[in-house]
Amino acid sequence: MTATSAGGGTREQGRSEYGVALFLGALGLLVVVSALLLPESRITRGPVGPAAVPIVVGGLLVVTSVFLAVDVRRGGRGEPEGGEDVDLTARSDWRTVGLLAAAFVANALLIESLGWVISGAVLFWGSAFALGSRHYVRDLLIAVGLSVGSFYLFALGLGIVLPPGILRGIL
Amino acid sequence: MDAFADLAGGFATALTPTNLAFALLGVLLGTAIGVLPGIGPAMTVALLLPLTRGLDVQQALIMFAGIYYGGMYGGSTTSILLNTPGESSSVVTAIEGNRMARAGRAAQALATAAIGSFVAGTIATLLLALLAPTVADLAVQISPADRFAVMVLAFIAVTSVLGSSRVRGLAALGLGLTIGLVGIDFTSGQQRLTFGIAELADGIDVVVVAVGLFAVGEALWTAAHLRRRPLEVIPVGNPRMSRADWRRSWKPWLRGTAIGFPFGAVPAGGAEIPTFLSYVTEKRLSKHPEEFGKGAIEGVAGPEATNNASAAGGLVPLLTLGIPTTATAAVILFAIESYGIQPGPRLFDTEPELVWGLIASLFIGNAALLLLNLPLAPLWAKLLRIPRSYLYAGILFFASLGAYAANANQFDLFLLLVIGALGFMMRRYGLPLLPAIIGVILGPYAEEELRQALQISNGDLGGLFDPMSVVVYAIVALVLLWPLVRLALPRRATVPVLGEAVHEIEEAHHHTGLTESVSVERHTRREE
Repeated sequence: MTATSAGGGTREQGRSEYGVALFLGALGLLVVVSALLLPESRITRGPVGPAAVPIVVGGLLVVTSVFLAVDVRRGGRGEPEGGEDVDLTARSDWRTVGLLAAAFVANALLIESLGWVISGAVLFWGSAFALGSRHYVRDLLIAVGLSVGSFYLFALGLGIVLPPGILRGIL
Repeated sequence: MDAFADLAGGFATALTPTNLAFALLGVLLGTAIGVLPGIGPAMTVALLLPLTRGLDVQQALIMFAGIYYGGMYGGSTTSILLNTPGESSSVVTAIEGNRMARAGRAAQALATAAIGSFVAGTIATLLLALLAPTVADLAVQISPADRFAVMVLAFIAVTSVLGSSRVRGLAALGLGLTIGLVGIDFTSGQQRLTFGIAELADGIDVVVVAVGLFAVGEALWTAAHLRRRPLEVIPVGNPRMSRADWRRSWKPWLRGTAIGFPFGAVPAGGAEIPTFLSYVTEKRLSKHPEEFGKGAIEGVAGPEATNNASAAGGLVPLLTLGIPTTATAAVILFAIESYGIQPGPRLFDTEPELVWGLIASLFIGNAALLLLNLPLAPLWAKLLRIPRSYLYAGILFFASLGAYAANANQFDLFLLLVIGALGFMMRRYGLPLLPAIIGVILGPYAEEELRQALQISNGDLGGLFDPMSVVVYAIVALVLLWPLVRLALPRRATVPVLGEAVHEIEEAHHHTGLTESVSVERHTRREE
């Protein structure tokens, strides 16, 4: 990573920081407006109705968004979170994030039709693939082991039955 | 003393074979997970929340408490053996600890961390046992107006951590409070922020929020910035200390305990400030100040003791007021509530067996941690080599599992991804997670107390003010307006040690974060 591209990344973050302020402001307005639109309720007890707190919280968000925008304008920047495995000097790797989200959504879509054992294995295998693992067979064995193991752990240990899906009767 | 009789009763509860097994399981799980990079104790407890469905409340709490203490231990191992710290509370351990490890003294660093944590944990748990019943007795008398004021203080204190951006803390708090608002309002029966989506009527499950913010958000964030070159792990033998190491460690352990416990007990944003305070104190008092920055054992012993003492201190407001001061404590609070038990001043009267069993199991867990961690250190070090693809795939796998199992609802999985994306954004733009999770969990209770207080006063806003709540609001105003207050104070009035600690925190943030990262506080300081 060269110095010029790192500098570009900072300028880019400067602009996207305004996006955070915009998001907070819009969310705050949404909270306030939806509170004002609440119908009068005859069963409301107590002088403070259901709208009071949302108006305060929404107001807090709007005020914060203004302060944040001012802070960004004066050169303030949010500090990205570090961690053991986090390398902040490189650019964001959106391909990996996209693949992970795809594996995640696949699980959400398949869990009730195909069942947890299959959808969970898809999730693990897909995530491992997205993160760069290329041991296809070993990954598959681990994925199936985890999903079958967790299925029985929840069923026998906690009394929670995860969806068996198309494997109903086999498990 | 009464407390000792109660504590003896607690040991009788905690020493039953099942409870003992859960305490040991908790500390083992907590340490293992604390060692694993990328997973903190808050995420662990969040991922294990579904277990509350299958476990008895006593066992679940004993296990969670073990995870809480174990996670602190595990985190120190990581920061000593790897060059980068995981949790904010172990940032300072990494400074001296890693230098010691590089100089071939990893075993001594691990030993002083483990023994110091044991000493501090034991003293602090004893303080907890002695203090908590008294605090609870006092707290029973406070009114809903006071409780609301204390909750406001907790909100403001966790957003205004020294050395970090205040406006970003408030933004995170607002996001958390907003999530907490979603669902049917209990007093009026009206739906708020549900937009006609039936699944949102019951509110967003805290399991989904906690797992989304901590687990999914962390996995996505790390994946976007994954180190391609694996970190170098420093090999370690069995931890042991020489006589000189002991001589240089015991005072920092005790001072660390004294600093950590009170800071943990007040809602001031977790263990980061006290650990830095301890570091700076040791640096000033040390007979070998020249060794600091090159691997001084005092710089590991003090902060590690502080870390554990503040973990125990954090249980005081949690058990006596129902107010969490750390993210892990917030999730534990939710776990207690999910059993229909309201943590608060009456807990010691209504559930004595539960509370004292929990406190006794903290002593047992602490001793178990010492016995386990000294011989097992080489094994824990091996955990650091786990392939990252499996680690983060596993986090996503268990996150989905936990969130789905909570309500058996497909919708929750999509919600989990949305909240995970929110967690990603917060990490990207430096919005702290602690105020958000405290807002989600404590927000609904604060609203309830507020309404109750106003019902009592029949709508008169004056009902919110009585002598105690006025004092609390004065503290809130002081914390909020601190930058202005500081300008008004003469220069000498600021405690030099505190100023130095803030400076160290900023330095550390500077090194771990982007070099260009500038927070509000830094900004105003430059202008001065």
